[in-house]
Amino acid sequence: MSVLIIAEHNNQQLNPATLHAVTAAAKLGEVHILVAGSNAAAIAESARQINGVTKVLLADAPYYGEALAEEITPLVVKLAGDYRYIGATATAFGKNLLPRIAALLDAPQISDLTEVVDNKTFIRPIYAGNAFETVQSDAPKLVLTFRATSFDAAENGGNAQIQTVEAAPAQNLSRFVKRELTQSDRPELTQAKVVVAGGRALGSAEQFNALLMPLADIFGAAIGASRAAVDAEYAPNDAQVGQTGKVVAPQLYFAIGISGAIQHTAGMQDSKVIVAINKDPDAPIFSVSDYGIVGDLFDIVPQLTTALKS
Amino acid sequence: MKALVAVKRVVDYNVKVRVKADGSDVDIDNVKMSMNPFDEVAVEEAVRLKEAGKISEIVAVSLGGKKSEETLRTALAMGADRAVHVETDAKLEPLAVAKLLKAVADKEAPQLLLLGKQAIDDDANQTAQMLAALLGAAQGTFACKVALENSEVLVTREVDGGEETLALKLPAVISADLRLNEPRFVKLPNIMAAKKKPLEKTTPADLGVDISPKTNVVKVAEPKPRQAGIKVGSVAELVEKLKNEAKVI
Repeated sequence: MSVLIIAEHNNQQLNPATLHAVTAAAKLGEVHILVAGSNAAAIAESARQINGVTKVLLADAPYYGEALAEEITPLVVKLAGDYRYIGATATAFGKNLLPRIAALLDAPQISDLTEVVDNKTFIRPIYAGNAFETVQSDAPKLVLTFRATSFDAAENGGNAQIQTVEAAPAQNLSRFVKRELTQSDRPELTQAKVVVAGGRALGSAEQFNALLMPLADIFGAAIGASRAAVDAEYAPNDAQVGQTGKVVAPQLYFAIGISGAIQHTAGMQDSKVIVAINKDPDAPIFSVSDYGIVGDLFDIVPQLTTALKS
Repeated sequence: MKALVAVKRVVDYNVKVRVKADGSDVDIDNVKMSMNPFDEVAVEEAVRLKEAGKISEIVAVSLGGKKSEETLRTALAMGADRAVHVETDAKLEPLAVAKLLKAVADKEAPQLLLLGKQAIDDDANQTAQMLAALLGAAQGTFACKVALENSEVLVTREVDGGEETLALKLPAVISADLRLNEPRFVKLPNIMAAKKKPLEKTTPADLGVDISPKTNVVKVAEPKPRQAGIKVGSVAELVEKLKNEAKVI
């Protein structure tokens, strides 16, 4: 049985998040990728080079340009006949689009799954990652979103054919108005090898930046934040790590002035090495950290930055 | 204009749940239950839109066992006008919830449907999108700002790289992100008044919706515990450990 993976892109570049879904999907069968976009031939060209992809479906229409779920859904439903599985990576794009497709296929969706056990059995986290459920389904069609950090990114080396498919009619239920993206030279949070994350204890946006940026610069790290730090506007919303923000699993995660509420640890506890810096020796973050330092972060972080530089 | 708000009764967000010894489910007997935090935000947004004169009536809907009535009373105390309780003890999948909500929406004909972006128990993040699909309506998921303007609703959404704004035709389905607003505290007089507000009961059978499950949970397990770490005494020691023990720098 084959799998249709829906590519995430901005018409210029394929989002690397999609590569994780390809790896996961390869455990289920032959992998095809759908590229729905506006002037998106370059995306199809990138997609055909992914290892493990055997066919790229390219649907080009002006109304696919902004990845609106209302527009892409009818196209996927039209193409779904040949596939048992429809999938995407569980990013904001995948989370927004896939359930809409599932409902119109009358198919169950298994969200944010972390393991493919066999062709009908999957494991996924519930209760902010405090439990993992094993779910089975014999449904004729299954819609899946894959947790990126649980599957390696597929590499290049493929040579799939590109097949152009006809666009579905425009729905015009919604209209794109504007997009305001955070400007940053840093790596994307979910793809970064090192993440430096700060919490409310940083005290202000100025101190957040003054302390964390020099440390992050050493590694070319991404900046993360707890919800408290985001609410206090020390960091932009899309830097939030946790149950309701992003899930990251870098090689090295610095939790600085973060108490470690379950809603936060849900997003980072699969990191390879966790370093916690907190003045409260009883902070729950120390129960998930590999290395902890109890003390004033305003002393420790600059010391650490200096020590790492030399 | 009428708004419909869907609310779910879940384990309180402060509770650390434990898995039952037989691995059949998490143990939620005798733990504190509350309204799903994202749904509180959705109710608050509906009430604010009503206070701003943009909508005229708020209908709160909940699906579940008898005690879901308490969650509906909370929504009424926050400012919803009346409630519909679809009573069932069955375990509902998001698709079944979406079908039940569609059946209620078909009767009520709301212009705006507000839900939380995800429930903190199943963490599925599916119901609002599925409901929009079944209604053939526009969707504004992960909303951090909502503005009703004539025949459209402008929704600013939290996306991975920042924010984006969409204009949706009405009727539209919106799912609330935490940053949409700060829900109000419910005052005692409002709790008393909420007891007198109408609460209608119905069932999946009354609504003619098939809620039979399409998936089967075969096991629930604790996450793999992280190896207990150590506390180091100095920055120098930390750097040494990261270099020579963890070998990550």
